[in-house]
Amino acid sequence: MTDVSNSGKLGEPLERLDGPAKVTGTARYAFEQPVDDPLYLHPLQADIARGRVVRIDTSPAEALSGVHTVLTHENAESLSSRVDVELAVLQSPEIGYRGQVIGAVVADTQEIAAHAAGLVEVTYERHPHDTVFRSDDEIVYTPDGSNPMIGEDLDRGDVDEALAAAEYAVDATYTTPAEYNNPMEPHATIAVWESAELTLYDSNQGSYTVRDMIAPTLGMDPQRVHVFAPHVGGGFGSKGVPHAHVMLAALAARKLEGRPVKCALSRRQMFSLVGYRPPTRQRVRLGADSAGRLTATEHSALEQTARVKEYAEQSASAARNMYVSANRRITNELAVLDVPVPTWMRAPGEAGGMYALETAMDEMALTCGVDPVEFRVRNEPERAPESGLPFSSRNLVSCLRQGAEMFGWNDRDPEPGVRRENGWLSGTGVAAATFPSFSIPGSKATIGYEPGGYYRVEIGAVDLGTGSRTALSQIAAEALEVPVEAVRLHLGSTEQPRASIAGGSSGTASWGSTIVQAAREFRAEHGAEPAEGAETTAEAAANPAAGEYAMNAYGAQFAEVAVNADSGEIRVPRMLGVFAAGRIVNARTARSQFLGGMTMGLSMALHEHGVLDGRFGHVVNHDLAGYHVAGNADVGSVEVSWLDEHDPHVNPMGIKGIGEIGIVGVAAAIGNAARHATGIRVRELPLTPEKFLI
Amino acid sequence: MKPFDYQRADDADSAIATVSGDPEARYIGGGTNLVDHMKLGITEPGKLVDITRLPYDSVEALPGGGVRIGATVRNSDLAASHVIRQRYPVLAQALLAGASGQLRNLATTGGNLLQRTRCSYFQDTSTPCNKREPGTGCSALEGWNRYHAVLGASEHCVATNPSDMAVALAALDATVLVRGQEGQRRIPVTELHRLPGDEPERETVLEHGELITAVELPAPSESSRSTYRKVRDRASYAFALVSVAAVVEVSEGAISHARIALGGLAHKPWRATAAEEALRGAPATEETFRNAAEAELAEARALRDNAFKIPMTRNTLSAVLRELTRQEGA
Ligand SMILES: Cc1cc2nc3c(=O)[nH]c(=O)nc-3n(C[C@H](O)[C@H](O)[C@H](O)COP(=O)(O)OP(=O)(O)OC[C@H]3O[C@@H](n4cnc5c(N)ncnc54)[C@H](O)[C@@H]3O)c2cc1C
Ligand code: SF4
Repeated sequence: MTDVSNSGKLGEPLERLDGPAKVTGTARYAFEQPVDDPLYLHPLQADIARGRVVRIDTSPAEALSGVHTVLTHENAESLSSRVDVELAVLQSPEIGYRGQVIGAVVADTQEIAAHAAGLVEVTYERHPHDTVFRSDDEIVYTPDGSNPMIGEDLDRGDVDEALAAAEYAVDATYTTPAEYNNPMEPHATIAVWESAELTLYDSNQGSYTVRDMIAPTLGMDPQRVHVFAPHVGGGFGSKGVPHAHVMLAALAARKLEGRPVKCALSRRQMFSLVGYRPPTRQRVRLGADSAGRLTATEHSALEQTARVKEYAEQSASAARNMYVSANRRITNELAVLDVPVPTWMRAPGEAGGMYALETAMDEMALTCGVDPVEFRVRNEPERAPESGLPFSSRNLVSCLRQGAEMFGWNDRDPEPGVRRENGWLSGTGVAAATFPSFSIPGSKATIGYEPGGYYRVEIGAVDLGTGSRTALSQIAAEALEVPVEAVRLHLGSTEQPRASIAGGSSGTASWGSTIVQAAREFRAEHGAEPAEGAETTAEAAANPAAGEYAMNAYGAQFAEVAVNADSGEIRVPRMLGVFAAGRIVNARTARSQFLGGMTMGLSMALHEHGVLDGRFGHVVNHDLAGYHVAGNADVGSVEVSWLDEHDPHVNPMGIKGIGEIGIVGVAAAIGNAARHATGIRVRELPLTPEKFLI
Repeated sequence: MKPFDYQRADDADSAIATVSGDPEARYIGGGTNLVDHMKLGITEPGKLVDITRLPYDSVEALPGGGVRIGATVRNSDLAASHVIRQRYPVLAQALLAGASGQLRNLATTGGNLLQRTRCSYFQDTSTPCNKREPGTGCSALEGWNRYHAVLGASEHCVATNPSDMAVALAALDATVLVRGQEGQRRIPVTELHRLPGDEPERETVLEHGELITAVELPAPSESSRSTYRKVRDRASYAFALVSVAAVVEVSEGAISHARIALGGLAHKPWRATAAEEALRGAPATEETFRNAAEAELAEARALRDNAFKIPMTRNTLSAVLRELTRQEGA
């Protein structure tokens, strides 16, 4: 392979190509796409957590002027596939969770649809439900594997014996609550049915994923389903797969052929219809020898899943490879409940799992009397502990050392609860971060040489607002050895060649490799001076190094915390993240990704908590006034830095994903800092004031 | 949202006549609370009478040193008013601690006083709530009640009043001016809101159709100091877990006068008379502050999720008193 990483264009802080359109409001998101004479859809949701609809009287709603139809299980068409229960809407009267879709009103305006929805009278047969997350045997089972492709539980050596023999031991249980993705742009779709073809303008993380899942459910040839996602206002995993509302809009549009049907979910509806990070309960047991080296590591995670559809978060997976430990046991269990279906949320697995592991690491460092940075350095493995493979690159130690230097960690007094100023106790904490470097094969890109002397680059990837459009243009420019102005990138829809999902921080690496491959083939076929109209489509070759190296990004998170000695209020005046995440394609958009991830980590540490009421089975604080996410005033100084990391194995550009690692470890760093500030160790997120009251 | 009529009122009398004569009609100020409730189906008025063009949009000095605040003065304008900032800092601080800049730009004095509880079950028509639908039960009593009352609650309702402004007004001995079809009346702000008792649906002593026209503040004592302290989950844009408004005068090391109101604890802004009593004439010491707080909280009753409010109030009230009684330069 030619190394394309030296021509200088990668890494430049190019401004977002779509920035002006976004800030002037001319970038059109899904719901804003111009369509003729649209109708509006409002979903009807179950008010009970388990049971069935015995009667649904839609006549008062249908009698309202402006209402076109009310879909229910009684009149909805029979779907070709019911494999995905989230998509197989209105196929039976059964209810598996509160908030499940039981119908939809379609009307001339959003207001009429919402009003009519309130007029539909539903009679239920209620069945007993179970929605309270806990570790009772009756609801707990071991899944066959967990997200994304993590295999069975791991049991190496003899953990119990090693713990019994250990000089130092930590045994602690940590809990994290249900957290909700809440992207800025709520989920929205417009379905248009014309001549037996379905067009969806949809806010998603993969237009091909939407097509691949919707087409078989409707019994359609995928070629007849067209999906457009030109701009997306965040997804964080909740737009990774299509949810019920997309099917509702599609069904309604088919029924009302000729009229486009628009559906935008409200925040409240999102709390039951688009997934969430499941709550977890994680026990971590660590054993160390007198030199502060880990001899035993056990991470047992329990997460929530839904009875209607399994989602197995992989909270304990990072502990498989994070530190040395001759004896290691990793287990993952699920508690199955009558709740909405959980899904990916930014850094699924690592975000919650590394909170537990990195808090336990802090506890162990204190137990051993070793500085927390030093303790992690001492436990750095030479090869990936689980597989024995070498790392393609692993620079956690450098992140920790550089971060410690930049943050002023080295002068730190480890004594807790002694720094007090104007009624505020302050402290500092550290945690490590990691996230796998995924590449998803199978994407294709087309490159054409156009009149006017520019290169048209097409790939059906989606830019979630992360800056993919800009970063991929830079990659294309470099691979074609032309200035970035000579590249016109088209993405976001199934009109372009097939591309993988924007998920698992895999986008830039997977799509970038595809574009590089297409550029090479284009030049091989058409030379440096192609004729107008020259065109090449290519697919990236599989990475020959996959399976030979363990590939991950790493980082070190530092936080300074202040806790009010009277009220327990907790503030984070300062954070620093130092990352080793391969080649950085665009310094500006990359910084925003890290910043955003760290801010989301702060929000997870201090605020986010979906409170479930077991009597009803719903999230009580299901809006943004009740479900707190960090506001500007909560975010102090956030500094982002990265190492100049050269990884020759991950892909031709040396890129690792950066979308998710920013959130990992933040909650632990903040919790560890709060402990340093107050002496109080909280093992339950979020870190709300009452937990620090004395 | 149910369709509704909308009228812009040009004079108070006809506005009052319209609303008084129609049980389905409501006044609308900034609409930041009412419109949310209409969208959520909590209230479904048939008619809105917009009062923001009525001539109640100014802050006026009164003879004798007090001020009159018009009912339609926006929260942002009131917080920025020179006389309020100079002479009633507790009120300016309370306003700025509430909601967000955008909301304060719309919110009015009258609307703020009459904003309804943020109890999540009240705001969700799919769950029982005695306040929204009398007789259906109180979901919060044994549900998620972290934000709920520890003082003055009943088995029928444990909701809290969410207003920051009203807490400051309670500590300032404000009076609410109200006009109805029968004429005008003056209500001490501490008597405007009710405790829930067995009628949680009635939050204030106002009759349907009565219009708040103004709030009057008595002249402040030149030697008093005041402050508003709000404890919340976020650094901004969150309702109070606990808040304290206090106006204190110290002479010769002893507290000569204290007026204290607490927020986040009860169905109304809670005037802390027991604490005031305990402080009167007592030396400004840590022990005095704590005793005063304990005296006020003696009757406090915690629910499943809000026991922390009791020590949090005790600590916060003590901290506020410490700050207000600290000698200059000390
Ligand atoms: C997300 C969010 C966060 C918030 N955070 C806070 C906070 O932290 N602290 C806080 O204190 N508040 C907070 N608020 C509430 C905000 O302060 C109130 O919504 C606002 O003060 C209401 O004023 P308004 O003029 O918009 O009232 P409206 O919504 O117009 O009216 C409210 C009620 O008062 C009645 N009304 C209005 N004016 C009169 C009058 N003159 N006479 C008689 N009746 C009248 C209306 O009929 C209605 O019933 C928040 C609100 C939101 C949406
Ligand atoms: S506390 Fe009051 S407002 Fe809340 S559910 Fe109970 S009755 Fe309704």
